[in-house]
Amino acid sequence: MTALETLTPADEAEACAMVAEARAAGRTLAIAGAGSKSAVGQPVAADAAITSTGLSGIVEYNPEELVIVAKAGTPVSEIETALAANNQALMFEPADWSRLLGSNAGQTIGGIAATNMSGPRRIIAGAARDSLLGVRFINGRGEAIKNGGRVMKNVTGLDLVKLLAGSWGTLGLITETAFKVLPRAETETTLVIDGADGDEAARLMAAAMGTSAEVSGAAHLPANVSGAVLGDAFAGRGATLLRLEGFAEAIAERMARLKPQLGTDREIAELDGAASSAAWEAIRDVHPFADGGDGPVWRLSVPPMAGHAVAAQILDGAGGQAFFDWQGGLVWLRLDGDDARAELVRDAVAAHPGGHALLVRASADLRARIDVFHPEPAPVAALSERIRASIDPDGVFNSGRRAFNSGRDAA
Amino acid sequence: MQEIAFLEPDPAIMARREEIAAGLAALVSGEGLVTDPRELVPFETDAFTAYRRVPLAVVLPATTEEVAAVLKFCAVQGVPVVPRGAGTSLAGGAIPQEDAVVIGVSRMTKIIEVDYDNRTATVQAGATNLSISDRVAADGFFYAPDPSSQLACTIAGNIAMNSGGAHCLKYGVTTNNLLGARIVLMDGSVIELGGKALDAPGLDLLGLLCGSEGQLGMITEATVRLLAKPEGARPVLFGFDSSEVAGACVSEIIGSGIIPVAIEFMDKPAIEICEAFAKAGYPLDVEALLIIEVEGSEAEMDAMLARIIAIAKKHGVKSVKESQSATQAAQIWKGRKSAFGATGRIADYICMDGTVPLGQLSHVLRETYTIIERYGLRVANVFHAGDGNMHPLILYNVNDPDEAQKAEAAGADILKLCVDAGGCLTGEHGVGVEKRDLMLHQFTETDLNQQMAVRAAFDPDWRLNPSKVFPLELDMRKAS
Repeated sequence: MTALETLTPADEAEACAMVAEARAAGRTLAIAGAGSKSAVGQPVAADAAITSTGLSGIVEYNPEELVIVAKAGTPVSEIETALAANNQALMFEPADWSRLLGSNAGQTIGGIAATNMSGPRRIIAGAARDSLLGVRFINGRGEAIKNGGRVMKNVTGLDLVKLLAGSWGTLGLITETAFKVLPRAETETTLVIDGADGDEAARLMAAAMGTSAEVSGAAHLPANVSGAVLGDAFAGRGATLLRLEGFAEAIAERMARLKPQLGTDREIAELDGAASSAAWEAIRDVHPFADGGDGPVWRLSVPPMAGHAVAAQILDGAGGQAFFDWQGGLVWLRLDGDDARAELVRDAVAAHPGGHALLVRASADLRARIDVFHPEPAPVAALSERIRASIDPDGVFNSGRRAFNSGRDAA
Repeated sequence: MQEIAFLEPDPAIMARREEIAAGLAALVSGEGLVTDPRELVPFETDAFTAYRRVPLAVVLPATTEEVAAVLKFCAVQGVPVVPRGAGTSLAGGAIPQEDAVVIGVSRMTKIIEVDYDNRTATVQAGATNLSISDRVAADGFFYAPDPSSQLACTIAGNIAMNSGGAHCLKYGVTTNNLLGARIVLMDGSVIELGGKALDAPGLDLLGLLCGSEGQLGMITEATVRLLAKPEGARPVLFGFDSSEVAGACVSEIIGSGIIPVAIEFMDKPAIEICEAFAKAGYPLDVEALLIIEVEGSEAEMDAMLARIIAIAKKHGVKSVKESQSATQAAQIWKGRKSAFGATGRIADYICMDGTVPLGQLSHVLRETYTIIERYGLRVANVFHAGDGNMHPLILYNVNDPDEAQKAEAAGADILKLCVDAGGCLTGEHGVGVEKRDLMLHQFTETDLNQQMAVRAAFDPDWRLNPSKVFPLELDMRKAS
């Protein structure tokens, strides 16, 4: 594929002009941040690319206000460094799929918003969209639109912020984001329950989340994956991880309360601060499947208790490995060979309302042929398409990611 | 400031009242249709009582199918529809108009399923906010958003207004606690969004629905997130000599890395009103009061409180009073949550709801007093200091038209002040009719046109809760 002409506006006004000009000329644009996730989804068919990387820098950050406003092209690393200097963090723990996708482009904060990238703490602290307080974006008419703001409670008008979050560049070019931040935990400890698998692991995680211990991460690594995260000490045995974060004295107290409530005779090991955070980073960033190849990797979102059964059903029909975050509700699947088995995967997920499957990694050839994003029921797809048309009436943006919902295909 | 304008009712629709009522009667079961003029009166307004409009008819469907049939009928007949939860809106979000059919959810109150393993509850949209927590409390769970009206307000209304409460700093608002919904669009089609999974596919329509003020569709069912109840919770009262010092103390607590589950602020008039009503043991010799609540085990709460008290002492706190029992804790919250009701016993009031960045709290409070003084009115301030959501209660006499107009004008000035300080017009009550005409102070016309275009994707003929949220002049242009 030949490289596209890339437009790099230096400010919002220039971005507006570029979009308006493309619209007038009937040209389509592919929206990108730094491009770390450009390998996700159908290869984008556009006349040119437009990137937010020229719109960079923290606009406003006053730690006492628990909000950080930054231009969309600001590297996530810059944001995290600024927050860490004040003992704060993005609560949703933005995931980084760079290693999985073989990218060294780095991530922008706008890209995090546009893909709603959340990590393990999502089960207790919400997703990226829950922390995203406001955006500025350019719609398909080349107009700069403000929505939301920089305060934590805001019901002033329609919440287009949520629409933009996770829209994968199909609605507009985000130029600025305001994220809620919170103090980061003083320390963390992870309990590792040794040897559980499948149904037992699901019950252990549900039991933990049903206690008052404020478990902030609940993941399960089956026997054929645990070694990749925890090393030789656990290799070959299932490991169920429960994370506690907070003040040191509070963690000790909550741990003592949690253990008996799990009702298990299995050995429970503890990972201290650094080991704990390394394990959760590996889970968050899908390190077990970051093998340097482009074999199919799926990300499923299902009801937490359904995760292990859905994975088992798929792996019964296709060889591969799975592991589980979000109490079992986030399933990562790597299939053997180069067939994505889309029908098998989507049938297994379809039994659970609200569940969906995203083919995060696959060869470009495969991605061009199948629905990477989960097809939606016709009435929802039609409604989504009407919304999309109300923001980008001429389909200027990311027309290549058509199957983001099936309505666009039909349009 | 002019009195808030309403749309002129369409005489052609009014003339067809009986025909429309007959059509509706065929669509709903049992006692589902109200047309008697006396029985329509309770539906003429909500908690924004200064404005009243008696609707054409009220329909109370018992099922999603009935809602769908009624909406489809209204769409075909070209009749406007005003969705209604419990009618507790403080912004006039549920005030009808004379040519509109009100569709209420009061006959759909069942809790359909509670699933502790996935930590979800699926309910009919007319279930009250508190009924969910009540149902699961004995098993150690709760539903987090807790608006003051939680005894009466419905989940449908909570979603429509994206309701918050006192504990948002830790648990978020409705949008952060909603996993799925069944909605009926204006054309009568039914769509399902989300479910028990954490992330739904496609565009986040569920997020768009929250706070859409009944303009996108009727919500008939919802799946919400349940949380395990904390081991314990302890509210503590901190009295200060001035609002400024209390504000500075809040900033330092948050800046130091402590996030209490709630930080509520009351000024002297609010303290006096609430104490007289609830006998909560609030100190009467202070100018400002913070109710700071911590959660966890006894040891955890002790540790966190020790840190908070140390900071408060640095700021010269005048009195510190910990609740010693569950009863006392309940009294403290009863006082705070009845602030609006207790105020209503001594005067008429309008309640503002702007949110400001935390660093602006002291400035906005000071300016609020200046504005109120300028209009010769009185104000009581209660607000969620942890999230910057202010609730000045402007006291006035509803029977004195001059004072009523001054109160509205002062309210508008205060909301503009909030926007100018980097905040917004409404944190959790919604725009409704009350703040509709102030929207252009916060947004450009282009911003609002984009929002209205999205709204039109759901309801192209502008039938659902018309003349709310968007300034009337823009709204009418869009509708025509």
